Amino acid sequence: MVATHVVESKAPMLEQTNDLAEAETTNVEPAEKSTKITSEDVCVYYGEKQALFGIDLEIPENSVTSLIGPSGCGKSTYLRCINRMNDVIDICRVTGTIKIDGKDIYDPSLDVVELRARIGMVFQKPNPFPKSIYDNIAYGPRIHGLTSNKAELDELVENSLIKAGLWNEVKDRLSGPGTGLSGGQQQRLCIARAIATKPEVILMDEPCSALDPIATATIEELIDELRSNYTIVIVTHSMQQAARVSQRTAFFHLGKIIEEGETTQIFTNPQNEKTQDYITGRFG
Amino acid sequence: MSEVLSLYVTGFLTYILPPVIVVSIVFFIGKWKAQGLAKQTSTAANAAGLHSRPPYHGAFLALVSFLPAVLVFLTWSIAEGPVIKGMVNNTLPASVTKLDQGKQDLITSVIGTIENGLNKLDQKELDLLKSASKGDQAAVPVEPETVRKLFESKNIILADNPEPYLLAAALKSRDLVQFSTYGKYIAFVLISIAAFLFAYSSIKLRLRARNGVETIIRWFLILASVIAIVTTFGIVFSVLFETINFFQIIPPSNFFFGTVWDPRFGWGATGGDGNFGQYGFLPLLWGTLYISIVALLVAVPIGLFSAIYMSEYAGPKLRSIAKPALEILAGIPTIVYGFFALVTVGPFFRDAGAVVGLEINASSVLTAGFVMGIMIIPFISSLSDDIINAVPQSLREGSLGLGSTKSETVTKVVLPAALPGLVGAVMLAASRAIGETMIVVLAAGIAAKLHMNPFDALTTITVKIVNQLTGDHEFGSPETLVAFALGLSLFVITLMLNVYALYIVRKYREQYD
Repeated sequence: MVATHVVESKAPMLEQTNDLAEAETTNVEPAEKSTKITSEDVCVYYGEKQALFGIDLEIPENSVTSLIGPSGCGKSTYLRCINRMNDVIDICRVTGTIKIDGKDIYDPSLDVVELRARIGMVFQKPNPFPKSIYDNIAYGPRIHGLTSNKAELDELVENSLIKAGLWNEVKDRLSGPGTGLSGGQQQRLCIARAIATKPEVILMDEPCSALDPIATATIEELIDELRSNYTIVIVTHSMQQAARVSQRTAFFHLGKIIEEGETTQIFTNPQNEKTQDYITGRFG
Repeated sequence: MSEVLSLYVTGFLTYILPPVIVVSIVFFIGKWKAQGLAKQTSTAANAAGLHSRPPYHGAFLALVSFLPAVLVFLTWSIAEGPVIKGMVNNTLPASVTKLDQGKQDLITSVIGTIENGLNKLDQKELDLLKSASKGDQAAVPVEPETVRKLFESKNIILADNPEPYLLAAALKSRDLVQFSTYGKYIAFVLISIAAFLFAYSSIKLRLRARNGVETIIRWFLILASVIAIVTTFGIVFSVLFETINFFQIIPPSNFFFGTVWDPRFGWGATGGDGNFGQYGFLPLLWGTLYISIVALLVAVPIGLFSAIYMSEYAGPKLRSIAKPALEILAGIPTIVYGFFALVTVGPFFRDAGAVVGLEINASSVLTAGFVMGIMIIPFISSLSDDIINAVPQSLREGSLGLGSTKSETVTKVVLPAALPGLVGAVMLAASRAIGETMIVVLAAGIAAKLHMNPFDALTTITVKIVNQLTGDHEFGSPETLVAFALGLSLFVITLMLNVYALYIVRKYREQYD
């Protein structure tokens, strides 16, 4: 209760006190988790322009880490370094090291395609393929040969949809187009699609920014359920969301990490003045 | 060189500079008047000032002064020809007006020839002609023979000694044309002055000149669109009427279901003994489709694959060079492609065939289709490139994020998403191929047959249209009229293809907007 009280006084913009109180209780993580992703001195350049300046960050396993910060601060850029999605952009250059389970993912001998199969990604706007719901989910398993027959594939699709909390809504229309679902359902479809390739890490780039509050709440619940099995990194503009779903938070500003730590600590007792200004809505 | 230059300069000084100067002067008069009004009242009670800025008053004055006059002038110019012709025809004796249409047309053209010749005569010769035109009633009768000799000495050849009524008609026509020409210039000047005075007096402080200019511009643009649309309909209807004429001679079943194309014997040769020849449309349709299919077989893979490379693989630098380079192909005139087919590709295929023991005609389906395929590559590649680029980047990232390779992304996500649009692109290219003329005229041959051999010659609808219209046939004969029936059929086929293709492409575009 004391903690809640502090949040209220420090962050008057966080009005949903009840939500936050619930979030606080679920956020208590007594056991120390081992580190899944380690970044050391990561710098990113778009042509001449430098977007990230020496990012050092440790992301613990089976937990949710949120990256917050004003627009253009580099949080999405950092997220896209983790599955080397920045390789797609011609002028983009990454230096420093990012290790997953102690292995450098920018090692030239590493297969990018294989890496991306291990790291699922959910994007800002729901992007279901213009295929049936079933084919959307089966896409990853098919290209990676995860199943050996139709029955196994059916089971995998069903499991993925169940995990994404979408099964009951779509089980009768698996052959219908994925683009015919509502925005929130589409986003859960994309999460199910990511889960289907059996990743260890799921990256989410503002997954709720295009959704209404109800769909957002559903996705947030889903994220909370998923964290027992997956390491989740989420970029968000919503401070409440960061507070509700994540155990650790990193605050980015102008391409640098200003502050990083337990979510509770960041939101109740930020060490840096800029962090405090940002989470209380004084800038950004 | 200097002669050409001086021609341009004189043309510019005579036809372009004076109107520009006059219009500019009027514009500035309007502008100055408005400025003057604004100054007068800047201290006075009328605080609202000018409604529109002075340049709008100038533009308003210029447009209102000259637009009505220009419209009257243009209408007059279009109408004077037929009106004068009607008035001249009224002067012809009854013996002429009773003749059938073809002979009347002939007489009209003789009158035209004499009329043109009048310009080469001096006053004395004209007087001679005038008395000749009075025939027997003239004070000094003139032999028709002398008139013909007179014209011959001016390099104007008349078939017969001109009848006096022809000379009279020519003289009358000349007078009317002169009268009409003076009339329309005078009308132009008078209307301009009246409109100018009216518009000048209407320039007031609160005149909504800006809105007025806006309205005039809108009507001007509407006029432009109407002209474009009316022209299209005009073309379609003129082709339609000739087609109806054709079907009054040749039954439609002969045309649409006939399998033999043989219009040479019959009407023209026998003078119409009821044997009109055979106008089977099917061999031509088959040739057109066969050659188009060969063209698409060449163009679709090459065009599509290069589009995929350009949009998905090539870097921005390569793309900025390679894409325009590919589109240069679209700028080559089709007659040059035809040449290329006739001189290079045809003989090459023939020789290559001879090496492996195949008999390939220099003019063949293969040659024409191949070259036509090269011609439509840029259509397919450019359209496909646009369509592939319209597939949202988020789909590609979604697929790459699941760990698929670039080619897996292209084949499993991008192409299926772009498929309807690509089909539309191919169909647009197909309608280009079906309507293409010069390549097939030079390279496909003229044999209208129904066969499957790609190494033999076939002919197309467009080739036959060219043949029938450039042939030595009477205009009203079915040999010529069939060209219109063919043209209309071709038009309907390509129109349906285009409409359907555009429908597909548009439907697909909406999906992502």
